[in-house]
Amino acid sequence: MIFIFAVFLLTLLVITAIAIVRTEDLFVAVMLTSIFSLLMAANFFILDAADVALTEAAVGAGVTTVIFLCALALTGDREKPRQGSRWITFSTVGVLALLIIYATFDKPRLGDPDAPVHQHVAPWYLEKTPEYIDIPNVVTAILGSFRGYDTLGEVFVVFAACIGVLFILGVRPPRKAVALSDKSKGLRHHLIPQVVGRLLIPFIVLFGLYVQFHGEYGPGGGFQAGAIIATGIILYALLEGEANALRAVPRKVLLGMVVGGAMLYGAVGVVCMLMGGAFLDYSVLASDPVFGQQLGILIIEAGVGMAVCGALLSIFHAFAAREGLS
Amino acid sequence: MKLLELLGYFNYWVFAIILTVGLYAVISKTNLIKKLIGLSIFQSAVFLMYITMDKVEGGTAPIIQAGVENQIFSNPLPQVLILTAIVVGVSTLALGLAMVVRISECYGTIEENEILDAD
Repeated sequence: MIFIFAVFLLTLLVITAIAIVRTEDLFVAVMLTSIFSLLMAANFFILDAADVALTEAAVGAGVTTVIFLCALALTGDREKPRQGSRWITFSTVGVLALLIIYATFDKPRLGDPDAPVHQHVAPWYLEKTPEYIDIPNVVTAILGSFRGYDTLGEVFVVFAACIGVLFILGVRPPRKAVALSDKSKGLRHHLIPQVVGRLLIPFIVLFGLYVQFHGEYGPGGGFQAGAIIATGIILYALLEGEANALRAVPRKVLLGMVVGGAMLYGAVGVVCMLMGGAFLDYSVLASDPVFGQQLGILIIEAGVGMAVCGALLSIFHAFAAREGLS
Repeated sequence: MKLLELLGYFNYWVFAIILTVGLYAVISKTNLIKKLIGLSIFQSAVFLMYITMDKVEGGTAPIIQAGVENQIFSNPLPQVLILTAIVVGVSTLALGLAMVVRISECYGTIEENEILDAD
Protein backbone atom coordinates (compact mmCIF):
# COMPACT_ATOMS: atom_id res chain seq x y z
CA MET A 1 0.00 0.00 0.00
CA ILE A 2 2.74 2.42 1.00
CA PHE A 3 4.48 1.38 -2.20
CA ILE A 4 1.60 2.53 -4.39
CA PHE A 5 1.51 5.81 -2.45
CA ALA A 6 5.24 6.26 -3.10
CA VAL A 7 4.76 5.69 -6.83
CA PHE A 8 1.92 8.23 -6.80
CA LEU A 9 4.08 10.82 -5.01
CA LEU A 10 7.02 10.26 -7.34
CA THR A 11 4.80 10.69 -10.39
CA LEU A 12 3.48 13.95 -8.94
CA LEU A 13 7.09 14.99 -8.38
CA VAL A 14 7.91 14.51 -12.08
CA ILE A 15 4.78 16.41 -13.17
CA THR A 16 5.63 19.31 -10.83
CA ALA A 17 9.23 19.46 -12.08
CA ILE A 18 8.07 19.63 -15.72
CA ALA A 19 5.47 22.29 -14.84
CA ILE A 20 8.15 24.40 -13.10
CA VAL A 21 10.33 24.37 -16.19
CA ARG A 22 7.47 24.99 -18.63
CA THR A 23 5.76 27.96 -16.97
CA GLU A 24 6.87 31.46 -17.98
CA ASP A 25 5.55 33.13 -14.84
CA LEU A 26 8.40 32.98 -12.33
CA PHE A 27 6.04 33.54 -9.39
CA VAL A 28 4.16 30.36 -10.35
CA ALA A 29 7.49 28.56 -10.78
CA VAL A 30 8.58 29.51 -7.25
CA MET A 31 5.26 28.41 -5.74
CA LEU A 32 5.55 25.09 -7.59
CA THR A 33 9.10 24.74 -6.24
CA SER A 34 7.62 24.93 -2.75
CA ILE A 35 5.16 22.14 -3.59
CA PHE A 36 8.00 20.17 -5.18
CA SER A 37 9.95 20.37 -1.92
CA LEU A 38 6.97 19.26 0.13
CA LEU A 39 6.44 16.23 -2.14
CA MET A 40 10.15 15.48 -1.89
CA ALA A 41 9.93 15.64 1.91
CA ALA A 42 7.02 13.16 1.90
CA ASN A 43 9.11 10.85 -0.30
CA PHE A 44 12.07 11.09 2.06
CA PHE A 45 9.76 10.16 4.92
CA ILE A 46 8.52 7.06 3.08
CA LEU A 47 12.16 6.10 2.46
CA ASP A 48 12.78 6.10 6.27
CA ALA A 49 14.73 9.35 6.33
CA ALA A 50 12.79 11.24 9.02
CA ASP A 51 15.58 13.74 9.74
CA VAL A 52 16.05 14.59 6.08
CA ALA A 53 12.29 14.96 5.56
CA LEU A 54 12.12 17.44 8.44
CA THR A 55 15.00 19.46 6.98
CA GLU A 56 13.60 19.45 3.45
CA ALA A 57 10.15 20.55 4.67
CA ALA A 58 11.56 23.43 6.76
CA VAL A 59 14.26 24.57 4.34
CA GLY A 60 12.91 23.67 0.91
CA ALA A 61 9.26 24.53 1.36
CA GLY A 62 9.79 27.38 3.83
CA VAL A 63 13.02 29.36 3.66
CA THR A 64 13.95 28.76 -0.01
CA THR A 65 10.54 29.96 -1.21
CA VAL A 66 10.76 33.18 0.82
CA ILE A 67 14.29 33.93 -0.43
CA PHE A 68 13.21 33.28 -4.04
CA LEU A 69 10.21 35.60 -3.60
CA CYS A 70 12.47 38.34 -2.15
CA ALA A 71 14.73 38.02 -5.19
CA LEU A 72 11.72 38.09 -7.56
CA ALA A 73 10.51 41.33 -5.96
CA LEU A 74 13.86 42.86 -6.91
CA THR A 75 14.19 41.48 -10.43
CA GLY A 76 10.70 41.07 -11.87
CA ASP A 77 8.66 37.91 -12.27
CA ARG A 78 8.15 37.51 -16.03
CA GLU A 79 10.40 35.31 -18.11
CA LYS A 80 10.83 36.36 -21.73
CA PRO A 81 9.96 33.62 -24.23
CA ARG A 82 13.01 32.24 -25.90
CA GLN A 83 13.48 32.37 -29.65
CA GLY A 84 15.16 29.72 -31.73
CA SER A 85 15.02 25.99 -31.78
CA ARG A 86 15.47 24.02 -28.60
CA TRP A 87 15.48 20.61 -30.22
CA ILE A 88 19.23 20.21 -29.81
CA THR A 89 19.05 20.72 -26.04
CA PHE A 90 15.92 18.63 -25.86
CA SER A 91 17.46 15.67 -27.65
CA THR A 92 20.75 15.90 -25.73
CA VAL A 93 18.91 15.87 -22.43
CA GLY A 94 16.59 13.09 -23.61
CA VAL A 95 19.52 10.87 -24.60
CA LEU A 96 21.13 11.57 -21.23
CA ALA A 97 17.92 10.54 -19.41
CA LEU A 98 17.75 7.28 -21.38
CA LEU A 99 21.42 6.56 -20.64
CA ILE A 100 20.92 7.09 -16.90
CA ILE A 101 17.79 4.90 -16.92
CA TYR A 102 19.76 2.21 -18.77
CA ALA A 103 22.50 2.47 -16.14
CA THR A 104 20.02 2.05 -13.25
CA PHE A 105 19.43 -1.58 -14.25
CA ASP A 106 22.89 -2.28 -12.84
CA LYS A 107 21.94 -0.76 -9.50
CA PRO A 108 20.66 -2.89 -6.63
CA ARG A 109 16.87 -2.89 -6.38
CA LEU A 110 15.15 -0.56 -3.88
CA GLY A 111 15.47 -1.94 -0.33
CA ASP A 112 17.96 -4.68 -1.16
CA PRO A 113 19.72 -5.44 2.16
CA ASP A 114 22.77 -6.87 0.31
CA ALA A 115 23.47 -3.66 -1.61
CA PRO A 116 27.12 -2.55 -1.39
CA VAL A 117 26.12 0.71 0.31
CA HIS A 118 24.90 -1.26 3.36
CA GLN A 119 28.09 -3.33 3.68
CA HIS A 120 30.69 -0.66 4.42
CA VAL A 121 30.80 1.51 7.57
CA ALA A 122 27.04 1.91 8.13
CA PRO A 123 26.57 -1.38 10.10
CA TRP A 124 29.52 -0.39 12.27
CA TYR A 125 27.86 2.95 13.09
CA LEU A 126 24.57 1.24 13.93
CA GLU A 127 26.32 -1.35 16.10
CA LYS A 128 28.70 0.97 17.96
CA THR A 129 26.42 3.96 18.62
CA PRO A 130 24.83 2.43 21.77
CA GLU A 131 28.26 1.50 23.08
CA TYR A 132 30.22 4.70 22.40
CA ILE A 133 27.59 7.44 22.53
CA ASP A 134 24.41 5.82 23.85
CA ILE A 135 21.83 8.08 22.22
CA PRO A 136 18.88 6.60 20.30
CA ASN A 137 19.13 8.69 17.11
CA VAL A 138 22.01 7.21 15.09
CA VAL A 139 21.77 10.02 12.52
CA THR A 140 22.54 12.61 15.20
CA ALA A 141 25.36 10.44 16.56
CA ILE A 142 27.03 10.23 13.13
CA LEU A 143 26.38 13.90 12.37
CA GLY A 144 27.74 15.19 15.66
CA SER A 145 30.43 12.75 16.60
CA PHE A 146 31.55 10.11 14.09
CA ARG A 147 31.57 12.55 11.19
CA GLY A 148 31.99 15.74 13.23
CA TYR A 149 34.68 17.11 10.89
CA ASP A 150 32.25 16.98 7.98
CA THR A 151 29.58 18.85 9.88
CA LEU A 152 32.07 21.49 11.01
CA GLY A 153 32.96 22.01 7.34
CA GLU A 154 29.30 22.35 6.38
CA VAL A 155 28.69 24.92 9.12
CA PHE A 156 31.60 26.97 7.79
CA VAL A 157 30.19 26.74 4.25
CA VAL A 158 26.88 28.16 5.53
CA PHE A 159 28.85 30.84 7.38
CA ALA A 160 30.86 31.72 4.25
CA ALA A 161 27.75 31.85 2.05
CA CYS A 162 26.06 34.17 4.55
CA ILE A 163 29.07 36.50 4.58
CA GLY A 164 29.10 36.41 0.77
CA VAL A 165 25.42 37.43 0.52
CA LEU A 166 25.99 40.26 3.01
CA PHE A 167 28.97 41.52 1.00
CA ILE A 168 27.20 41.35 -2.37
CA LEU A 169 23.98 42.97 -1.18
CA GLY A 170 25.68 45.30 1.30
CA VAL A 171 26.98 47.69 -1.38
CA ARG A 172 24.82 50.70 -2.16
CA PRO A 173 22.43 50.20 -5.11
CA PRO A 174 23.17 52.26 -8.24
CA ARG A 175 19.77 53.96 -8.20
CA LYS A 176 18.92 56.66 -5.70
CA ALA A 177 17.63 55.36 -2.41
CA VAL A 178 14.06 56.21 -1.47
CA ALA A 179 12.33 56.12 1.87
CA LEU A 180 10.76 52.88 3.05
CA SER A 181 7.51 52.34 1.20
CA ASP A 182 4.22 50.81 2.35
CA LYS A 183 5.75 47.39 1.88
CA SER A 184 7.53 47.70 5.22
CA LYS A 185 4.18 47.68 7.01
CA GLY A 186 3.83 43.99 6.27
CA LEU A 187 0.42 42.38 6.17
CA ARG A 188 -0.93 44.23 9.19
CA HIS A 189 -4.01 45.43 7.31
CA HIS A 190 -5.04 41.84 6.46
CA LEU A 191 -7.01 40.34 9.32
CA ILE A 192 -6.81 36.61 8.59
CA PRO A 193 -3.01 36.25 8.10
CA GLN A 194 -2.60 38.44 11.15
CA VAL A 195 -4.73 36.28 13.45
CA VAL A 196 -3.44 32.96 12.11
CA GLY A 197 0.16 34.17 12.18
CA ARG A 198 -0.05 35.43 15.76
CA LEU A 199 -1.46 32.07 16.76
CA LEU A 200 1.17 30.04 14.90
CA ILE A 201 4.45 31.89 15.50
CA PRO A 202 4.92 30.97 19.21
CA PHE A 203 4.26 27.32 18.46
CA ILE A 204 6.62 27.29 15.46
CA VAL A 205 9.43 28.68 17.62
CA LEU A 206 8.57 26.32 20.47
CA PHE A 207 8.62 23.37 18.05
CA GLY A 208 11.98 24.57 16.77
CA LEU A 209 13.39 24.53 20.30
CA TYR A 210 11.93 21.06 20.88
CA VAL A 211 13.55 19.80 17.68
CA GLN A 212 16.84 21.36 18.78
CA PHE A 213 17.02 19.80 22.22
CA HIS A 214 15.26 16.53 21.42
CA GLY A 215 17.53 15.81 18.46
CA GLU A 216 19.38 13.07 20.34
CA TYR A 217 16.18 11.10 20.95
CA GLY A 218 14.02 11.69 17.90
CA PRO A 219 14.37 13.15 14.43
CA GLY A 220 15.89 16.59 14.69
CA GLY A 221 18.97 18.54 15.57
CA GLY A 222 20.65 21.85 14.97
CA PHE A 223 20.15 22.11 11.20
CA GLN A 224 16.40 21.48 11.34
CA ALA A 225 15.84 23.59 14.45
CA GLY A 226 17.77 26.54 13.01
CA ALA A 227 15.66 26.43 9.84
CA ILE A 228 12.36 26.08 11.75
CA ILE A 229 13.07 28.98 14.13
CA ALA A 230 14.20 31.10 11.17
CA THR A 231 10.90 30.31 9.42
CA GLY A 232 8.94 31.44 12.47
CA ILE A 233 10.77 34.76 12.64
CA ILE A 234 10.50 35.28 8.86
CA LEU A 235 6.73 34.76 9.22
CA TYR A 236 6.75 37.46 11.92
CA ALA A 237 8.68 39.77 9.57
CA LEU A 238 6.16 39.17 6.77
CA LEU A 239 3.21 39.91 9.04
CA GLU A 240 4.49 42.81 11.11
CA GLY A 241 6.92 44.37 8.67
CA GLU A 242 10.65 43.96 8.50
CA ALA A 243 11.42 46.88 10.83
CA ASN A 244 9.50 45.27 13.68
CA ALA A 245 11.25 41.94 13.15
CA LEU A 246 14.60 43.74 13.29
CA ARG A 247 13.50 45.42 16.50
CA ALA A 248 12.74 42.00 17.99
CA VAL A 249 15.94 40.36 16.75
CA PRO A 250 18.47 43.04 15.69
CA ARG A 251 21.05 42.51 12.95
CA LYS A 252 23.89 42.52 15.42
CA VAL A 253 22.34 39.62 17.32
CA LEU A 254 21.94 37.67 14.07
CA LEU A 255 25.57 38.22 13.09
CA GLY A 256 26.60 37.29 16.62
CA MET A 257 24.63 34.05 16.26
CA VAL A 258 26.31 33.16 12.95
CA VAL A 259 29.82 33.88 14.19
CA GLY A 260 29.17 32.59 17.72
CA GLY A 261 27.62 29.34 16.48
CA ALA A 262 30.50 28.52 14.15
CA MET A 263 33.06 29.52 16.79
CA LEU A 264 31.29 27.47 19.49
CA TYR A 265 31.59 24.37 17.31
CA GLY A 266 35.27 25.01 16.64
CA ALA A 267 35.91 25.88 20.29
CA VAL A 268 34.55 22.51 21.44
CA GLY A 269 37.14 20.87 19.18
CA VAL A 270 39.95 23.00 20.60
CA VAL A 271 38.83 22.33 24.19
CA CYS A 272 38.96 18.61 23.41
CA MET A 273 42.55 19.06 22.25
CA LEU A 274 43.47 21.05 25.38
CA MET A 275 42.03 18.29 27.55
CA GLY A 276 44.28 15.74 25.93
CA GLY A 277 42.09 14.24 23.21
CA ALA A 278 42.02 14.60 19.44
CA PHE A 279 40.23 17.50 17.71
CA LEU A 280 36.44 16.98 18.18
CA ASP A 281 36.96 13.81 20.25
CA TYR A 282 34.35 14.55 22.91
CA SER A 283 35.18 11.55 25.11
CA VAL A 284 37.63 13.61 27.19
CA LEU A 285 35.08 16.30 28.05
CA ALA A 286 33.80 14.41 31.11
CA SER A 287 35.18 11.71 33.35
CA ASP A 288 32.74 9.22 31.77
CA PRO A 289 33.57 9.02 28.02
CA VAL A 290 29.96 8.25 27.03
CA PHE A 291 28.67 11.28 28.94
CA GLY A 292 31.48 13.34 27.39
CA GLN A 293 30.26 12.34 23.91
CA GLN A 294 26.66 13.28 24.78
CA LEU A 295 27.77 16.63 26.21
CA GLY A 296 29.88 17.37 23.13
CA ILE A 297 27.01 16.56 20.75
CA LEU A 298 24.61 18.74 22.75
CA ILE A 299 26.98 21.74 22.60
CA ILE A 300 27.90 21.43 18.92
CA GLU A 301 24.21 20.97 17.99
CA ALA A 302 23.49 24.23 19.81
CA GLY A 303 26.29 25.86 17.79
CA VAL A 304 24.90 24.47 14.52
CA GLY A 305 21.39 25.67 15.40
CA MET A 306 22.59 29.18 16.19
CA ALA A 307 24.73 29.41 13.06
CA VAL A 308 22.01 28.13 10.69
CA CYS A 309 19.23 30.26 12.20
CA GLY A 310 21.40 33.38 12.19
CA ALA A 311 22.65 32.79 8.64
CA LEU A 312 19.19 32.21 7.13
CA LEU A 313 17.73 35.27 8.89
CA SER A 314 20.69 37.48 7.90
CA ILE A 315 20.25 36.39 4.28
CA PHE A 316 16.50 37.12 4.42
CA HIS A 317 17.07 40.58 5.92
CA ALA A 318 19.77 41.36 3.36
CA PHE A 319 17.30 40.71 0.52
CA ALA A 320 14.39 42.44 2.28
CA ALA A 321 16.44 45.57 3.08
CA ARG A 322 17.46 45.79 -0.58
CA GLU A 323 13.78 45.88 -1.47
CA GLY A 324 13.26 48.96 0.70
CA LEU A 325 16.26 50.73 -0.87
CA SER A 326 15.77 50.26 -4.58
CA MET B 1 6.52 -10.31 -8.75
CA LYS B 2 8.06 -9.29 -12.07
CA LEU B 3 6.18 -5.99 -11.94
CA LEU B 4 7.25 -5.33 -8.35
CA GLU B 5 10.86 -6.00 -9.29
CA LEU B 6 10.61 -3.43 -12.06
CA LEU B 7 8.99 -0.94 -9.70
CA GLY B 8 12.04 -1.34 -7.47
CA TYR B 9 13.84 0.78 -10.05
CA PHE B 10 11.07 3.38 -10.25
CA ASN B 11 12.81 5.73 -7.78
CA TYR B 12 15.93 5.70 -9.92
CA TRP B 13 13.92 6.44 -13.07
CA VAL B 14 12.27 9.39 -11.36
CA PHE B 15 15.75 10.49 -10.29
CA ALA B 16 16.92 10.33 -13.93
CA ILE B 17 13.93 12.29 -15.23
CA ILE B 18 14.04 15.02 -12.57
CA LEU B 19 17.82 15.32 -13.01
CA THR B 20 17.50 15.87 -16.75
CA VAL B 21 14.51 18.22 -16.37
CA GLY B 22 16.67 20.36 -14.09
CA LEU B 23 19.59 20.15 -16.51
CA TYR B 24 17.30 21.16 -19.39
CA ALA B 25 16.28 24.31 -17.49
CA VAL B 26 19.91 25.16 -16.77
CA ILE B 27 20.96 24.72 -20.41
CA SER B 28 18.06 26.06 -22.40
CA LYS B 29 16.50 28.85 -20.30
CA THR B 30 17.98 32.32 -20.61
CA ASN B 31 16.38 33.76 -17.47
CA LEU B 32 18.94 33.59 -14.66
CA ILE B 33 16.38 32.91 -11.90
CA LYS B 34 14.93 30.08 -13.98
CA LYS B 35 18.43 28.67 -14.32
CA LEU B 36 18.83 28.72 -10.54
CA ILE B 37 15.46 27.00 -10.10
CA GLY B 38 16.67 24.37 -12.56
CA LEU B 39 19.86 23.97 -10.57
CA SER B 40 17.90 23.39 -7.36
CA ILE B 41 15.72 20.76 -9.10
CA PHE B 42 18.92 19.06 -10.27
CA GLN B 43 20.19 19.14 -6.70
CA SER B 44 16.95 17.66 -5.32
CA ALA B 45 17.27 14.80 -7.80
CA VAL B 46 20.69 13.92 -6.39
CA PHE B 47 19.23 14.02 -2.87
CA LEU B 48 16.50 11.61 -3.99
CA MET B 49 19.09 9.18 -5.35
CA TYR B 50 21.08 9.14 -2.11
CA ILE B 51 17.98 8.69 0.05
CA THR B 52 16.73 5.91 -2.26
CA MET B 53 19.96 4.03 -1.66
CA ASP B 54 19.54 4.18 2.13
CA LYS B 55 16.29 2.20 2.21
CA VAL B 56 16.42 -1.36 3.56
CA GLU B 57 13.48 -3.67 3.12
CA GLY B 58 11.39 -3.87 6.29
CA GLY B 59 13.64 -1.27 7.87
CA THR B 60 12.70 1.77 9.87
CA ALA B 61 14.23 5.18 10.60
CA PRO B 62 17.59 4.69 12.36
CA ILE B 63 16.42 5.60 15.87
CA ILE B 64 17.19 2.83 18.34
CA GLN B 65 14.32 1.98 20.67
CA ALA B 66 15.14 0.60 24.09
CA GLY B 67 13.94 -2.93 24.73
CA VAL B 68 13.28 -3.82 21.09
CA GLU B 69 15.57 -6.55 19.80
CA ASN B 70 16.65 -7.32 16.23
CA GLN B 71 15.36 -4.19 14.61
CA ILE B 72 16.26 -3.53 10.99
CA PHE B 73 17.40 0.04 10.34
CA SER B 74 17.81 1.91 7.12
CA ASN B 75 21.27 3.20 6.39
CA PRO B 76 21.91 6.38 8.43
CA LEU B 77 25.00 7.52 6.51
CA PRO B 78 23.38 8.88 3.29
CA GLN B 79 20.83 10.63 5.51
CA VAL B 80 23.57 12.52 7.35
CA LEU B 81 25.23 13.54 4.10
CA ILE B 82 21.99 14.80 2.54
CA LEU B 83 20.72 16.51 5.70
CA THR B 84 23.72 18.84 5.76
CA ALA B 85 23.70 19.17 1.96
CA ILE B 86 20.14 20.57 2.01
CA VAL B 87 21.10 23.42 4.36
CA VAL B 88 24.31 24.13 2.45
CA GLY B 89 22.21 24.05 -0.75
CA VAL B 90 19.90 26.83 0.42
CA SER B 91 22.78 29.07 1.49
CA THR B 92 24.63 28.67 -1.81
CA LEU B 93 21.35 29.26 -3.65
CA ALA B 94 20.94 32.51 -1.71
CA LEU B 95 24.46 33.50 -2.79
CA GLY B 96 23.50 32.88 -6.43
CA LEU B 97 20.29 34.89 -6.06
CA ALA B 98 22.24 37.77 -4.49
CA MET B 99 24.46 37.84 -7.59
CA VAL B 100 21.39 37.80 -9.86
CA VAL B 101 19.94 40.76 -7.92
CA ARG B 102 23.16 42.71 -8.42
CA ILE B 103 23.23 41.81 -12.13
CA SER B 104 19.66 43.02 -12.52
CA GLU B 105 20.53 46.31 -10.79
CA CYS B 106 23.52 46.91 -13.05
CA TYR B 107 22.10 45.72 -16.38
CA GLY B 108 18.37 46.22 -15.85
CA THR B 109 17.65 42.68 -17.05
CA ILE B 110 18.22 39.09 -16.00
CA GLU B 111 17.93 37.54 -19.47
CA GLU B 112 21.28 36.06 -20.41
CA ASN B 113 21.24 37.07 -24.09
CA GLU B 114 20.33 40.69 -23.26
CA ILE B 115 23.18 40.86 -20.75
CA LEU B 116 25.60 39.53 -23.37
CA ASP B 117 24.31 42.11 -25.88
CA ALA B 118 24.79 44.91 -23.37
CA ASP B 119 28.44 44.00 -22.80
